[in-house]
Amino acid sequence: MTQFQEKATVTRRELLSSDNVRLTFQSAKIASAAEPGQFVMIRVGAGKDPLLRRPFSIHQATAEGTLQIYFKVVGRGTAMLAGIREGDEVSILGPLGRGFQLTDSPVCLVGGGLGIAPMLFLATRLGERRSGQIHGRVLLGGRTRMEVEPLLGDFEQTGFPVLVATDDGSFGQRGFVTAIFSTLDLPPDCTVYCCGPEPMMASMAVLSRERHLHCQVSVESAMACGMGACLGCSRTARNGEYVHVCLDGPVFDAEDMAWTF
Amino acid sequence: MDLLNPTPPHPDLRVSIGPLSLANPVMTASGTFGYAQEFETLMNLRRLGAIIVKGISLHPRAGNPPPRIVESACGMLNAIGLQNVGVQRFIEEKLPYLGGLGVPIIVNILGDSIDEYREITERLAESSVVSAIEVNISCPNVKKGGVAFGSDPLMAAAVTGVVKEKAAVPVIVKLSPNVTDVTLIARAVAEAGADAVSLINTLIGMAIDLKRRRPALANVFGGLSGPAIKPVALRMVYQVAKSVQIPVIGIGGIESAEDALEFMLAGATAVQIGTANFVNPRASEDVVDGIGAYVIEEGLTSIREMIGALEIC
Ligand SMILES: Cc1cc2nc3c(=O)[nH]c(=O)nc-3n(C[C@H](O)[C@H](O)[C@H](O)COP(=O)(O)OP(=O)(O)OC[C@H]3O[C@@H](n4cnc5c(N)ncnc54)[C@H](O)[C@@H]3O)c2cc1C
Ligand SMILES: Cc1cc2nc3c(=O)[nH]c(=O)nc-3n(C[C@H](O)[C@H](O)[C@H](O)COP(=O)(O)O)c2cc1C
Ligand code: FES
Repeated sequence: MTQFQEKATVTRRELLSSDNVRLTFQSAKIASAAEPGQFVMIRVGAGKDPLLRRPFSIHQATAEGTLQIYFKVVGRGTAMLAGIREGDEVSILGPLGRGFQLTDSPVCLVGGGLGIAPMLFLATRLGERRSGQIHGRVLLGGRTRMEVEPLLGDFEQTGFPVLVATDDGSFGQRGFVTAIFSTLDLPPDCTVYCCGPEPMMASMAVLSRERHLHCQVSVESAMACGMGACLGCSRTARNGEYVHVCLDGPVFDAEDMAWTF
Repeated sequence: MDLLNPTPPHPDLRVSIGPLSLANPVMTASGTFGYAQEFETLMNLRRLGAIIVKGISLHPRAGNPPPRIVESACGMLNAIGLQNVGVQRFIEEKLPYLGGLGVPIIVNILGDSIDEYREITERLAESSVVSAIEVNISCPNVKKGGVAFGSDPLMAAAVTGVVKEKAAVPVIVKLSPNVTDVTLIARAVAEAGADAVSLINTLIGMAIDLKRRRPALANVFGGLSGPAIKPVALRMVYQVAKSVQIPVIGIGGIESAEDALEFMLAGATAVQIGTANFVNPRASEDVVDGIGAYVIEEGLTSIREMIGALEIC
């Protein structure tokens, strides 16, 4: 798999809510090589502190070289990245990791919170594969309206029907997306794709197993290199062995992971 | 240096680590460069002075539970736990690729007993791809209550002795900075026959997650690396270069040609690039470019003029 370290220009900066930001880059090589579920490592500053790159899912990528990330400000690195201006250049490393396995059978995409990020690229690619009839749904969850609504239009463009839940009920159904998932009538050959907070992915793993549905999850871990060189990003698999999120994942079969509730 | 090639390359970046000749003094540090193949599309591996691979033990090791890494000011802490595929799989799966690169391959080894160091050296002696062995002596000696081999001059010398006895190639001993007087250990391994020493390995540290009131690393302690440790590394390289006759390889927070050149002034014959590989996968090649440009700009006949050329008034 070919990877690139690219100087990318920020072409658009969108503040989608008080602390959720979407950045669009012109990053020809990485964008055209990217697959849904893969991620990039971004240098948030030029100095020695913070030192390490930060990992972000690929939110959208086009053959024309546009690359998007969608992130929340949670600390120093993301705050620096949020402060970037259109026209600025950043160093991006990618595309990294193993993404989602695409399928032609029915699908259900479930994104919670910032786990919504990789779902747009996935929905776009899946939508392109099934011109005409769309067998699938997208479920989006957030704490409040502003975490979901700004992205709704982009998801609707992929052709999939979109269902929404918010914790406070300010948009869509009140409660968790997992509750919507439980009530859905899904065909037995439906593939479930999921990304979100740990407890949500853990319950999606259980719910999918109960219904004998194949579920792919995109997980996180602390990372230094993002490319298999440091062995720092380990996570415990169901069989007790360690897997490396940047190399073996970030997308795994939900059945293969150990979940804590 | 190379008698068959009377016209020196320009810029002349060649250095010798004992009997091992390198095209330039830039190597990749163990554990920060995987098995090199990970970097093949991101840089030109053939431009490196040498490649040092992830530490290898006799048997595969699973490593420590997560979380294994955490960032700190200008650096990072790691507690990977020496995860590796073991010497057998290393020879079968990794060495053939490395052998095709045409760059000296240095294998970093580790063990928890003297016997293990001996056995792994014997296994590696069968391979023609290995150009040198780097001995990580920062590991705990299980038979001596877990005291690190590298913190005791006698144990450090004993490990060096067995590896040297079995090795078919030059032996570099990698020193731990977690000691009171690093020159004592350096002298002990030099007397035991080491062809060179490399330093520093990571400094033992700790980070705390205040919100969870827990250590940030599952292992509680981790090794500090990156720019934060460079001043400590420079000081130790300087001290060791003054106290042993064998070549010294400088490691610790090197990100740029300037950093590398400072280590050479302090007495290092060569350098290793570690954590910087994570930030810039091309860092090692950039350092080769940078020191080449420096040699030309400064009108040096050879990079070797820089070794130990620090002026202290
Ligand atoms: C493969 C992968 C893909 C990712 N994709 C995305 C994405 O698309 N969008 C996105 O917003 N984030 C994503 N993340 C998480 C993102 O990398 C982190 O939020 C970021 O590194 C935090 O950097 P920081 O410097 O701001 O925070 P730090 O200074 O590193 O941490 C500050 C505080 O934030 C906390 N923190 C760290 N990571 C997270 C997290 N993931 N969530 C909540 N709190 C956190 C820390 O515990 C700490 O208390 C992804 C992570 C991985 C491994
Ligand atoms: C993630 C990681 C893994 C490492 N693994 C090893 C190892 O297996 N063997 C070893 O001798 N040193 C290991 N080291 C130490 C480095 O080779 C180097 O000595 C140290 O990081 C200091 O250099 P730096 O500041 O340039 O990173 C490791 C360092 C890091 C950061
Ligand atoms: S982040 Fe370095 S190996 Fe995965």
